[in-house]
Amino acid sequence: MRKLSLSIALTGALLLAACGGDSSSSDTTAASAGSGIGNECTTGKTISSYQLTIGTGNPAYSPWVDNDAPESKEGFEAAVAYAVAEELGFADTAVKWVRTGFDEAIQPGVKNFDFNLQQYTITEERKKTVSFSDSYYTTNQAVVALKGSPAIGATTIAALKDVKFGAQAGTTSLDFITNVIKPSTEPYVYDDNAGAKAALEAKQIDAVVVDLPTAFYIAAAELTDATVVGQFPASLSTTPDNFGFVFDLNNELVDCVNTALATLKEDGTLAAIEKTWLSDKTNAPVFAAE
Amino acid sequence: MSASLSRRAAYERTRKRRSIAVATVSSLTVVAAIVLLVPRMPRWDRVKESFFSGERFADSFPRLVEAFVLDIKIFAWSTPAIVILALLVAIARNSRSAALFPVRVLTIAYTDVMRGVPVILSIYLIGFGVPGLGLERPWNSPLLWGSVALVLTYASYVAEVFRAGIESIHESQRAAARSLGLSNWQTMRFVVLPQAIRRVVPPLMNDMVSLQKDVALVSLIGPIEILRQAGVDKSKFANFTPYVVAAVIFLMMTIPLTRTTDYLLERERRRTTGTRVR
Repeated sequence: MRKLSLSIALTGALLLAACGGDSSSSDTTAASAGSGIGNECTTGKTISSYQLTIGTGNPAYSPWVDNDAPESKEGFEAAVAYAVAEELGFADTAVKWVRTGFDEAIQPGVKNFDFNLQQYTITEERKKTVSFSDSYYTTNQAVVALKGSPAIGATTIAALKDVKFGAQAGTTSLDFITNVIKPSTEPYVYDDNAGAKAALEAKQIDAVVVDLPTAFYIAAAELTDATVVGQFPASLSTTPDNFGFVFDLNNELVDCVNTALATLKEDGTLAAIEKTWLSDKTNAPVFAAE
Repeated sequence: MSASLSRRAAYERTRKRRSIAVATVSSLTVVAAIVLLVPRMPRWDRVKESFFSGERFADSFPRLVEAFVLDIKIFAWSTPAIVILALLVAIARNSRSAALFPVRVLTIAYTDVMRGVPVILSIYLIGFGVPGLGLERPWNSPLLWGSVALVLTYASYVAEVFRAGIESIHESQRAAARSLGLSNWQTMRFVVLPQAIRRVVPPLMNDMVSLQKDVALVSLIGPIEILRQAGVDKSKFANFTPYVVAAVIFLMMTIPLTRTTDYLLERERRRTTGTRVR
């Protein structure tokens, strides 16, 4: 995911100049419950007192934001953002989107958003410069294959036994192949995903295992013939990445968002959004364990 | 006379004993210095745990020996191919016939290009590129094309070694052979090559030792051989001991090879010079 985000960072920086400078100096009264502009928790904690400003990538990619139009609520992160906004008491019309590059959002400067979501992995190092919400998504491992590969059409892990796999050396994906899929032939291993893709195209391997965000990126942008055959249940991942909202360091809004996320997790909303946008709509079914 | 000979022999014996003693003492001093001083360094414990962990060594060793079998296989089937191809290139380059001029130009181009191109590039290019043209399994195997890349690269080096050997045979040898009625080809086959090859065996062994290690580069295009397995283990346990294990396994292979090379060099020297100054 990092590669994708880095590649769009430059364009993001350019466009930000255009959409910046809009930070409000509004004189509206403090938000109250039911006002559609926040709840008790968020009062006085948003950069604009009458709206919630959310950052996303520039451009934002499917399946995270469909058609680069987060206002449409379509795409996983767009849907999550609106669900959180609703939980925080913001009406859809009170949600404002801004665009940022990947790097500029995690730099220690002043932010022009309340929070930013574009597949930021929560890491200890980054916590020194920005604050993170709790995780809203945990990466699954996924299988990518080209048309005509024997892996296509597999719906269970057992059906993947005779597939010749490739993976990047030293990644959790490789561990995943040897420990969970346990294929009948030894996987091939590459220094990076570029090698794995070349081997896919040379038909030396039938499929690669990567994390789901990378899988989407490979299928969407790098190998036009590739499809995401499926993803593995999160319960099988041993050391997954966790994605979190990025906030300005020590932003007080973090607690409000975490409360909202907890509610969405509890009532199943978050799982439903994930299923809709990262599995059903993307045709990346979850493999059955048996 | 026999008395003086035995006195001389006795003298040489004492000289020999003396030099063995000196060599032993100096070696022991160096080893003792390393063994006693290095562990006194302040962070030796950490280094020891990272590179010489007994637990990791025992854990990785069987896995790496198993992975090393692939290295031996690649080495075993590549070596004869390299020698044959290199010999053909060297002979072609040494051909004298005017009609073979294009062949000579081709061989020069081949050795120049292949020796100049990094092995990594030729392995990627041939290992991914040729199968990428649409070959089906098993003909698109990375083992096959990775080996082809190694053969093409190493044959260019070895061809130059052979050429040097061939050119080191004095022109009078050819003249004598031709005057006896041998054809050009017979001269090469029965007079030049037997002498040339014997002369270049030591440098050839050198290239073979080098090939031993470059075999690991085939892992760049997929197959898991010893160095790749060591890298995987290293990442998994965040410990570099697997590389040390791999090095030990490599040494078990290359030391006999280099010792043999030295022995052959020594024998060649004795054969050609006869005396030795101490």
